[in-house]
Formats: sequence, C-alpha cells, structure tokens
Amino acid sequence: MVEVTSWGRLTRHQHRVIPVTDRNQPGLSAAPGSSIAHGMGRSYGDVCLNGGGAIWQMRGLDRLISFDQGSGRLRCEAGVLLQDIQRLMIPRGWMLPVTPGTQIVTVGGAIANDVHGKNHHVVGSFGDCVTRLCLHRTSGEVIECGPELEQDWFAATVGGIGLTGVITEVELQLRATRGPWLSTETIPYDSLDEFFALADDSESGWEHTVSWIDCLAKQGRGIFMRGNHVGEQDMPLPRARSRSVPVTPPVSVINRLTLPPMNWSYYQLQKRRRGTGTAHYESFFYPLDNLHDWNRLYGPRGFYQYQCVLPRESGESGIAAMLSAISRSGEGSFLAVLKTFGNREALGMLSFPRPGVTLALDFPNHGHQTLKLFEALDSIVAEAGGRLYPAKDARMPRHLFEAGYPGLDNFISFRDPGISSEMSRRLMGS
Amino acid sequence: MNTYQRIVIVGATSAIAEHCARLWVTRSPDELVLVGRHQEKTEAVAADLRTRAPGVSISVRMADFQSPGNIQQLVDELTTRRAVDLVLIAHGSLPDQGMCQADLSLANEALDINAISPVLFAEAFSGAMERVGQGCIAIIGSVAGDRGRKSNYIYGAAKGLVERYAQGLDHRLGATKVRVALIKPGPTDTPMTAHLKNSGPALASVEEVAQCIVKGVDKRKPVIYAPGKWNIIMLVIKLLPRFVFNKVNI
Ligand SMILES: Cc1cc2nc3c(=O)[nH]c(=O)nc-3n(C[C@H](O)[C@H](O)[C@H](O)COP(=O)(O)OP(=O)(O)OC[C@H]3O[C@@H](n4cnc5c(N)ncnc54)[C@H](O)[C@@H]3O)c2cc1C
Ligand SMILES: NC(=O)c1ccc[n+]([C@@H]2O[C@H](COP(=O)([O-])OP(=O)(O)OC[C@H]3O[C@@H](n4cnc5c(N)ncnc54)[C@H](OP(=O)(O)O)[C@@H]3O)[C@@H](O)[C@H]2O)c1
Repeated sequence: MVEVTSWGRLTRHQHRVIPVTDRNQPGLSAAPGSSIAHGMGRSYGDVCLNGGGAIWQMRGLDRLISFDQGSGRLRCEAGVLLQDIQRLMIPRGWMLPVTPGTQIVTVGGAIANDVHGKNHHVVGSFGDCVTRLCLHRTSGEVIECGPELEQDWFAATVGGIGLTGVITEVELQLRATRGPWLSTETIPYDSLDEFFALADDSESGWEHTVSWIDCLAKQGRGIFMRGNHVGEQDMPLPRARSRSVPVTPPVSVINRLTLPPMNWSYYQLQKRRRGTGTAHYESFFYPLDNLHDWNRLYGPRGFYQYQCVLPRESGESGIAAMLSAISRSGEGSFLAVLKTFGNREALGMLSFPRPGVTLALDFPNHGHQTLKLFEALDSIVAEAGGRLYPAKDARMPRHLFEAGYPGLDNFISFRDPGISSEMSRRLMGS
Repeated sequence: MNTYQRIVIVGATSAIAEHCARLWVTRSPDELVLVGRHQEKTEAVAADLRTRAPGVSISVRMADFQSPGNIQQLVDELTTRRAVDLVLIAHGSLPDQGMCQADLSLANEALDINAISPVLFAEAFSGAMERVGQGCIAIIGSVAGDRGRKSNYIYGAAKGLVERYAQGLDHRLGATKVRVALIKPGPTDTPMTAHLKNSGPALASVEEVAQCIVKGVDKRKPVIYAPGKWNIIMLVIKLLPRFVFNKVNI
C-alpha cells in the first residue's frame, strides 16, 4: 500500500496501486474489492481516490496507435498525456480542440471529467472531440462506443467519473491549426456587469475567453483575457523552462496576510499589460504547467477548489452573492476564474458544463471555517439552480449533487459494480 | 547531439527501451528496427513510434532470444545490407530470488535471459561493427550487478557478467571507432517492477531514465548510471566493508 493524493492534497490515504500496461488485457478483475482508474491525479478532490482500496494506474497506457494526417483523426491509449498530443501534433498542423488549464492530464481523465477549456462556446467540452472509445468492464466485457455507436454507454462514460469501466483506447478528432500562436487581448474590468458585457461581446469574435477575478474586491474587478489562433509569427519559440516547488512550506503561502497584496499586485501588473499581444499557446492555456508541484504552496493541509456553474438568468446575481459571501467570510482565493459557458448542453449524463457562468476558486484548507463558507456558497448555488464540478470537489453534500445532476438516475444503471471511488461512496452511497 | 541513422533495438518492448526510442525517433533517423519475441506486442510499439515519427522507416523482427544460431542469423541479416550505427540491447527479466534458490531451472532461465542472451547479441553485432569500423553497442545492465546481495543475487550475477563482458569488449574495440556503453538503471517504474510499487523503493520515472540513457550515449560515456545519482550510491555500497554490508538487509 502506498500513499496517493490528488491535486488538492487534502488526504493522504493508503492505496494499492495496480499498473495497467496492456490495453487489450488490462487485467481489471485482478483487483479483489473495488478499484478506480487514476490518471495523473490532477483532479482536486476524491474523484480519483479510493482510500483503503485499489487504484488502476492508467499512465502506463501511453502509446499512440495511429494518426491520419489528412483527416486529423488520432487513435491512442487512454493514459497518453494531452501535452504529448499537443507537442507532437501542433508542428504538424493539428491540435486538440479542447484542453483544460493544464495539459498534464491523461486522455482518459479528460473524458471521465468531460473537461472544458476556454473555448466552450465554440467547440463544447472534451467529449465533443471523442469519436470512439473502448471501455473495459470488470466483468471482462468490452464495449466500444461513440457518438454514433452504443450512444447510451458513450453518454454515461463521457463525464462518468470513471464509474462505468476503464477506458483503454480512444479515437479523437483533432482540429486544424496554423501554429502555436494566439493573438490576445487583455482588458481590466471593474464590475461584474462589465465582465458580462465583455463576455457577451467576445462570443462571436473570439474563440478563447476567460477572466481572473479579484474576489477580495467588492464589485468584482478583474482581468478579462481573450484570444484567437493566428498563423506563423515572426517570433522565436519560447524556451522550455520549468521550475518546481521543492518542499512543502509548513503553512500555506497563500493566506490571509499574503492574499490582499497578492491579488492587488496581480491586478495592477495585469492592468499594465492591458491591450493586445501575441502569446504562445502553452503560456496562454497552461500558465502554471512550468511550475511543478505548485500545489505544495498551500502547505501540508492542502487546499480546496470550489467550482460551480450557474444558469445565466440567475447567474449574474448569484455570482455577486457568492463574492460577497466570500468577502464576509474572511476566506479568500488567489486563483479565481470567472468565465461564461456557451449555449450548449454537454453530451455526458453527468457532464459538468452547461449554459451559464462558471466560477472557480482555490481556498487553503482552514478546516471548519472553510467548510462553513462552502455551505453558504452551496445554498446560493442550489438557489440559482446550479451545480458543482466533481473534478474539483472533495466535500459537496449529496443533495446538492442530486439536484445539480438530473441525469444521475439514468446514469446509475451504467455503473460497473466492481468500481468505486471515495467520491462515488460519498455521493452515490456505493 | 548525434543522429544515428540506423538504429536497432533488441528487446524493443521493454519500457525503458521504448522511451529511448521515442527520443531517438524525434531526431529523424533513416531507419529503426525493433527486435522482439511477441509480434503483436512489438507491432504496438512500432505503431506508436510510426505515429510519432512518420518519416522514419520502422520495421519489426522476431527473434528467439535464447538461440545462438538464430541470434547470429538475425544480426547477419540486419548488418549485411547496411551498417548499424547504434544497437540498444535491452531485454531482461527480474526473477524472484527465493524461487531461483528453490528451482534451478528458474535460476538457469534467469541467467540465460539476463546474461547469456544479451552477451550473444552484443557479440554478434561487435563483429559486424568492427568490420565496418564504426557503431555503438549499448547494453542495459543494472545497478544490481555492482554488488551481489541476498535479495537478488542471481539477477545481480547475470548483470555482473554483462558488465565484465562489456569491459572486455570495450578493451578489444579500444583502438577502433566502435564504442561500447554499459547502462545501469536504478529501480525504475516499468512493468518489470510492478510488484514493487506497493512496498519497495521509490522508483524513478521511465521518462527520466530514458533521457539519462540517451544523453549518456550522446556523450559517449562507457558506463551510464540512470539516473546519475546511482553512480554515487553504488560507489558507497561497493566500498562498504563486508562485515557492515552483510548486516544490511537489502
Ligand atoms: C492547474 C489545473 C487546471 C485545471 N483546469 C481545468 C479546466 O480549465 N477545465 C477543466 O475541466 N478541468 C480543469 N482541471 C481539472 C482536470 O482537467 C481534471 O481533473 C482532469 O480530469 C484530470 O485528469 P487526470 O488524468 O489527472 O485524471 P485523474 O484526476 O487521475 O482522474 C479523473 C477522473 O478520471 C477517471 N479516469 C482517469 N483515467 C481513466 C480511464 N482510463 N478510464 C476511465 N476513467 C478514468 C478517474 O477515475 C477520475 O474519475 C484543472 C486541473 C489543474 C490541476
Ligand atoms: N525497471 C528497473 O527497475 C530496472 C533496473 C535496472 C535494470 N533494468 C534492466 O532494464 C532492461 C529493461 O527492463 P524494463 O524495466 O524496461 O522492463 P520491461 O518493460 O518489463 O521489459 C522487459 C523486456 O525484456 C523482454 N524479455 C523478458 N524476458 C524475455 C525472454 N525470456 N525472452 C525475450 N525477451 C524477454 C521483454 O519482452 P516481452 O515484452 O516480450 O515480454 C521486454 O522487452 C532490462 O534489461 C532490465 O534488467 C531494469
């Protein structure tokens, strides 16, 4: 048994680690008791954990199978990193249509959480670029599914948080790209109204939109960023530079004392960068990937992420209410992201993205106090008819999950009885 | 950085070898030959590499790793048409020491696949490379070959034999341009060590080990510890006096 943590480092339970290395014979039945697939553990909470039980380590399934340069169809194993695909394919004129804020995640993990990027309003979520997948069940059954094949299984597995089986092999439709560059624009905003106006304005002309929000400022000031892919630029490629946080500091570096100056200076710095520019996709999409182990900065107690999506109608007031609840609580967040989703439903039964506005916040773990704040935020989310994101969650109450995911009843029948995670026991009872 | 135009990998399904190959194909060699014992498994490695590097000609050959005649014939075929610039000999298996003690046929098998077989491959390539006066023979040994210890000395003895062999071969080829590299990985996260995941030592990532190997071969190092820190660790272990060493439970 070894200690396994997820990105939030909130728990360090013992797990039995079972490496999966053969896509045709993943050997799933070899696990007595329950197990759950584990990719890169980039989820923040317990969706990829199974304390006291086993995990299937999927990272070993890291082979590409084939690529058609003409059509952009890529077949690969489920443990391949999005980073490998991007770095290999962008020089050949193709890229993943959807990537989250880090590319150090596996294809299987990206499907199981149906992850979204900054361009949801144009391309949807990760499941939308999957044309086929191969699912192994603990019974030994193998199910091939896709948007036109065994659609029910596909809809259950995309966003199915690993509970329908183990994805071993995938076919993805990449999109053509003219290169690694984006033309960008950075616009400071001083209120939520301004944010929503910017987001709406950008929908038609900009593929990527996102914003950082200063959750300590009452009105919701922040920095809006948008970008479009552009062709060749007369610029040198950035040199690969990476650093890592070598040790875990005894207390969170992000705390009540440091947060106000951090937020203030980040805002001022970005404000000075207002205007247009050109950015490499890696620094635009995955700004933190070059700082390895940055999650250690939150100290030995780890940190929570709270991410919700609210329907647009109730969202504008809902977000305002959440921000004021946060500032009342005295807790605060540095990595705070506010973004609108496009007007499309995701294909997965339990997919997170839906039309509306999503707010994601990091909070150092201050125990009871932090959880108290989350309860206040939960009631705002429930009232607004929103939902929380399982990929980021370690504590949502079961009733909020059930209310936020009406597809749950339908989903249950697709579960693999040999699979269970800390999250599934917490939110589904088994 | 060196571009080897023609590369052969023996034991190409080894995770360490596969990750070395991924690095080598990015340098656009002309040709890569993968030698394995299971067609389907070796083809899966080839498909991955072809997808990564469509411009490289990648082919698969089957071999009987324990037949001297078959090894000689295969190497002759691979070397007659054109010279091989680099061969990586990677296959091996980590047997259970206790079972080797209990069953001599297992010990025999382990000595065969970890010592005799890689040596025969290297020997076959050395002749061809010496004739054309160039090439590099890289053989994967192990830190386990540096000092015998109770938990895996059959395996360690086999790897130690490979080391003595590599030393002699290097001596023989010293005056030529043919180079010999002995690679000694520390414990690495591959299928070979899957059973150690839940108890054993911390395992290095296979990506890191492969990078270290590729760099070491570029630098023409005769002995490559991967990761490099094992050089120092093994130096200390080799220097421990017997009365101390024999009390250590490793
Ligand atoms: C810095 C950072 C930024 C992020 N930004 C975003 C973002 O912008 N948008 C977003 O959507 N997410 C974001 N995330 C979350 C992250 O993208 C997801 O948690 C992702 O699913 C992690 O993938 P993983 O490979 O680490 O999988 P894990 O976290 O290990 O597992 C995630 C889920 O996938 C399942 N799973 C993994 N492999 C398989 C398989 N082969 N078969 C079946 N199930 C499997 C697991 O059981 C689990 O349910 C971010 C995370 C970080 C750390
Ligand atoms: N992993 C470590 O911790 C570690 C440490 C030090 C040294 N090494 C050495 O590194 C080398 C590569 O190992 P790895 O870690 O990459 O392990 P691996 O992925 O398990 O690869 C082992 C390789 O050896 C082949 N092989 C095993 N038995 C064979 C036999 N009887 N006949 C023919 N081929 C056989 C396998 O072929 P199939 O795929 O067909 O089974 C496979 O190609 C080995 O020489 C090993 O001793 C490994």
